[in-house]
Amino acid sequence: MATLPLLSMTLFLPLLGALAISLNWGNGDVAKANNARWVALWTTLVTLGLAVILWVNFNPVSPGFQFEDKFEWMPLLNIGYHVGVDGISLPLVLLSATLMPICILTSWASIQVRVAEYMIAFLVLETMLLGMFAALDFVLFYVFFEGVLIPMFLIIGIWGGPNRVYAAFKFFLYTLLGSVLSLLAILYIYFEVGGSDIPLALTTPFDPKVQTWLWVAFFASFAVKIPMWPLHTWLPDAHVEAPTAGSVILAGVLLKMGGYGFIRFSLPMFPEASSYFTPMIFTLSIIAIIYASLVALAQTDMKKLIAYSSVAHMGFVTLGIFTVDAQGVQGAVTQMVSHGLISAALFLCVGVVYDRIHSREIADYGGLVHRMPRYAAVFLFFILASVGLPGTSGFVGEFLVLLGAYQVSTWATTLATSGMVLGAAYALWLYRRVIFGVLVKPNLKSISDLHWREKIIFAPLVAGVLIFGIYPMPLLTMMETSVANVIDQYNLALESDAGGAIDPKKSLEIALHPASLKISYFWIATPPLGARKDAPSRVFARSVSAEAIQTSFVKEIRHD
Amino acid sequence: MSILAILVVFLPFLGFLLAGSLGEKLGDQFSQGITCGLMGLSTIFAGYLFLQLGLHEETLLVPLFTWIHVEFFEVSWQLQLDSLSYVMMAVVTLVSWIVHIYSIGYMKGDPGFPRFMAYLSLFTFFMLMLVTASNLLQMFFGWEGVGLCSYLLIGYWYDRDSANAAAIKAFLVNRVGDVGFILGVLTLFVIFGTLDFTAIFELVDAHQNDTFTFLNGQYHALTLASFLFFIGAMGKSAQIGLHTWLPDAMEAPTPVSALIHAATMVTAGVFLIVRISPILEYAPLAREFITLIGAATALMAATIACVQNDIKRIIAYSTCSQLGYMFMAAGLSGYSAAMFHLTTHAFFKALLFLGAGSVIHAMSDEYNIQKMGGIWKYVPVTYVVMWIGSLALAGIPFFAGFYSKDMIMEVDWVSYLPVGKVAFAIGFAAAILTAFYSWRLLILTFNGTPRADEAVMGHIHEAPLIMLFPLVLLAMGSLFSGSLLYELFVGEETPFWGSAIFVLPEDDVITAAHHVYNWVHWSPTVAALLGIGIAYLLYMYQSSWPEKLSTTFKGIYTFLWNKWYFDALYQWLFVDPSFKLGKFLWEEGDQEAIDGLGPDGLAALSVASGGLLCRLQTGYVYHYAFGMIIGLVLMIGWYFWV
Repeated sequence: MATLPLLSMTLFLPLLGALAISLNWGNGDVAKANNARWVALWTTLVTLGLAVILWVNFNPVSPGFQFEDKFEWMPLLNIGYHVGVDGISLPLVLLSATLMPICILTSWASIQVRVAEYMIAFLVLETMLLGMFAALDFVLFYVFFEGVLIPMFLIIGIWGGPNRVYAAFKFFLYTLLGSVLSLLAILYIYFEVGGSDIPLALTTPFDPKVQTWLWVAFFASFAVKIPMWPLHTWLPDAHVEAPTAGSVILAGVLLKMGGYGFIRFSLPMFPEASSYFTPMIFTLSIIAIIYASLVALAQTDMKKLIAYSSVAHMGFVTLGIFTVDAQGVQGAVTQMVSHGLISAALFLCVGVVYDRIHSREIADYGGLVHRMPRYAAVFLFFILASVGLPGTSGFVGEFLVLLGAYQVSTWATTLATSGMVLGAAYALWLYRRVIFGVLVKPNLKSISDLHWREKIIFAPLVAGVLIFGIYPMPLLTMMETSVANVIDQYNLALESDAGGAIDPKKSLEIALHPASLKISYFWIATPPLGARKDAPSRVFARSVSAEAIQTSFVKEIRHD
Repeated sequence: MSILAILVVFLPFLGFLLAGSLGEKLGDQFSQGITCGLMGLSTIFAGYLFLQLGLHEETLLVPLFTWIHVEFFEVSWQLQLDSLSYVMMAVVTLVSWIVHIYSIGYMKGDPGFPRFMAYLSLFTFFMLMLVTASNLLQMFFGWEGVGLCSYLLIGYWYDRDSANAAAIKAFLVNRVGDVGFILGVLTLFVIFGTLDFTAIFELVDAHQNDTFTFLNGQYHALTLASFLFFIGAMGKSAQIGLHTWLPDAMEAPTPVSALIHAATMVTAGVFLIVRISPILEYAPLAREFITLIGAATALMAATIACVQNDIKRIIAYSTCSQLGYMFMAAGLSGYSAAMFHLTTHAFFKALLFLGAGSVIHAMSDEYNIQKMGGIWKYVPVTYVVMWIGSLALAGIPFFAGFYSKDMIMEVDWVSYLPVGKVAFAIGFAAAILTAFYSWRLLILTFNGTPRADEAVMGHIHEAPLIMLFPLVLLAMGSLFSGSLLYELFVGEETPFWGSAIFVLPEDDVITAAHHVYNWVHWSPTVAALLGIGIAYLLYMYQSSWPEKLSTTFKGIYTFLWNKWYFDALYQWLFVDPSFKLGKFLWEEGDQEAIDGLGPDGLAALSVASGGLLCRLQTGYVYHYAFGMIIGLVLMIGWYFWV
């Protein structure tokens, strides 16, 4: 095992599959399309198999990165090809590899134009996603991180709905804006560290003055991806226009890139800044939970409703990450995996009826249970999982996040629990309108229940949600050591920074007090340059003006 | 023994799986056979455990496997059986089995029959998980599970809009309570570092003076936790404020009302409060609050029940009111009295519901008691069992309710907490009302002249044997459970509860309750006779008076008829604003503000500025030459300037 570059094989197998499809063999269009489908399916299945082998051979108690592959790439610039996984990235690698075959299967019949190109786009996307989670070199990471955009942009823009161009551009612009800023930060880190190796950068302490700026630059990129309020408006549009499989991968994996980034980079590299910005993150998370849930209540489009529910659920993820305690962060990762399965399944549920009726409007449905009892059961299961019923994975993630958050801020937790009520409200209200009631619409009278391919698609998702709900220990043990590492590093940095830049717990309680919410809002609107009298913010008081950063940048570059 | 405990809990689940997956294919016979059979086995085992272990104060711990383990947070799947669990297991399985059998007759021919039986079994499984939980999170699993089944069964007839609305309402109102439950769980974890009942109860003593900072206020930790848990209990047990879902839940088929909304699920809140008695004992403030809420609910629900006309809703409000009695007792440390009333109530209230179901069945699905009357000759068995149930409910001597209600009133009287006497007074008033609305129901339903049309009257028939048998069983329970269990549950110095219930020596109201004045002892009986008398007067002998009363006291009547306006208030306060706010945030927040200033605004800006810059490209050479000259001048000028 040790001799095989197992991880790299996993990463690049999909690309190989894409190459194979692009050879375009077969007699006639139908045969070509079929070949493309089968190649894509087998490629993703073998990739999943490899990912499972990784999981089996993964040593959860080992602290470092595993399955590392390291080659020289641009030795003069000290940029290399370096990949590896730890307990934080492996669950997400597994999640991506699980969802891909499902995406291919769900597109089997519903995609009929440019099939080969479609499959290529998905396979390229898989390599990019897996590479993104496994990259241990900043340049490599950035290539994969941005590379994800291209196939996704094409999937929405070519195979999407009527308003696909607007959605694709909105998606692209939003994410690009964040990426540009994070590129600047990566450049700075590169010069500071003297190389682009991520493990090296993770252990390099950064000056707290600079940390703030780097943190903000990364935040711009990750917050768009998750997405956090108010950077979320691309998501509903992108989902609505994307084909079903596009939505599945968007909700299932793409949104996790942001959460992964926060845990991988923001916490260990910029502990002081993370601690300083925690109140803002908490405020935004809670706004996301309540705001998005309320907006979801008002939706008339099924996909938009589920998209907004994603924003709310991701609010729990950011809340959990920035509690920086074991329960909170493990809860956040669990919530990411769980949401990856549940939201993917919900979009698939929409896809099932969309394939039959070609409408996403809730008002076009009603009484489906009469014709589609099996579908109704599956849909109900995932609706309840989304609501966070104990026994499903949704509960484990949400509860752990709340448990972590409660030890940091009772305000944040209490406000977040309102998501429990609102979440149930929009989910059950959706279900009631689509599934229950008398079946009166003539075009629904002959609608057919789930067929065998759809059953195969849902089976692994149901199993995953149930297993992680009743026995999440495999997942939790997998990430335990890695998460503990991140937290230890974070706490150590804050402790060694004697006299600490800020007292996070105190400022949290202050920031989430209703009287300060106004101020918190002010934070969102303007960069927190001014010192507030009630919350210590010496990080900013000490330094940081745009000029200072510019000069230090220039100096560094010249220095090199 | 461990294997028996596992079987008791999981056999109903097996029934659910089989009936749910194969019921459609193999038919109704299979579904009823498999669910009733497995439920019967479960009941027998539960009874065996009660007799073998429960009566000998033996506890049993059945570890299964770890659920969640993160750092020092650990919870496991584990069954914990002590006196409380034995009692609840016995009650739940017995009533559930009886209801399963009744449903064979009641739901006969319904197209969703296998689904119905599967849901009933699934509910029983969750309820058993709830009562055998060894830690708070596992209890929450059962707690949410029974809520789910309640949702599914209220919305069982999914073609009806009212049923769907009621189902969602039940789920959401319960979720509001669940927020309290979850926050309580979190608080206890922060205080104790564990969620296991045994561990927490061992540590309570050491933490009795802890304080906890919650939402910027500093509170006594155990009091805070008790309050939060009680919010959860209020949701599940339909106490004032969070009770609005229970009457609407009568959209469910009648067997469901009997099982879930009378005998078992709604008592989960009481069970929770009794379960955490070691914490409550150190939180007298919370206990006073519980008592007051219980008393307020008992009175509120009883007043509303007096004017309603839907036979099931009257009984639903009655349930609400009786749950209030249980909380009154629990709040004053009379935990065993609360459990006693819970047990007897399970029998007579299930009996009343199933009896009502039999009436509805006989009257061709008529729910309005104003359209019934004069049918007792046609349904003699139902008539008799409804009488037995009502006598037990009213607390007439030697029926089950007499013993338990009496005990609660005595506990109210002897408690040193100031709210005790308030509870006693309200309990007395509510007892009069209880008897009144029960006999109003009996008289309007069975006596007097028939008010139904001839087609309905022509069809009236006694229920089939499969429905009568459960009624008779429950009637036996309503007759004898009180006297049989009295010594065991609330006898002076009974050892039965062991370590399951914890009472501080100064709070030992049960012992004190055995030494009260005679008039306290007989007060519930007097109240009951008073209520029955008034009911006979108004509805049998002076039947024009109710009409007159309702017009004379029109204000009070409308207030009661509209159920104290809780629903209207919540609609106005929460439901409508939520939808409006959601729409506003979507249209004004997302589309106008964020998109307008963000991507769309930027796009518009770049198009506009691009258009402006476009105009510079005129194509005339002299324009460009002019531009170059100006540029040159500026550059040179700047160079000299600097």
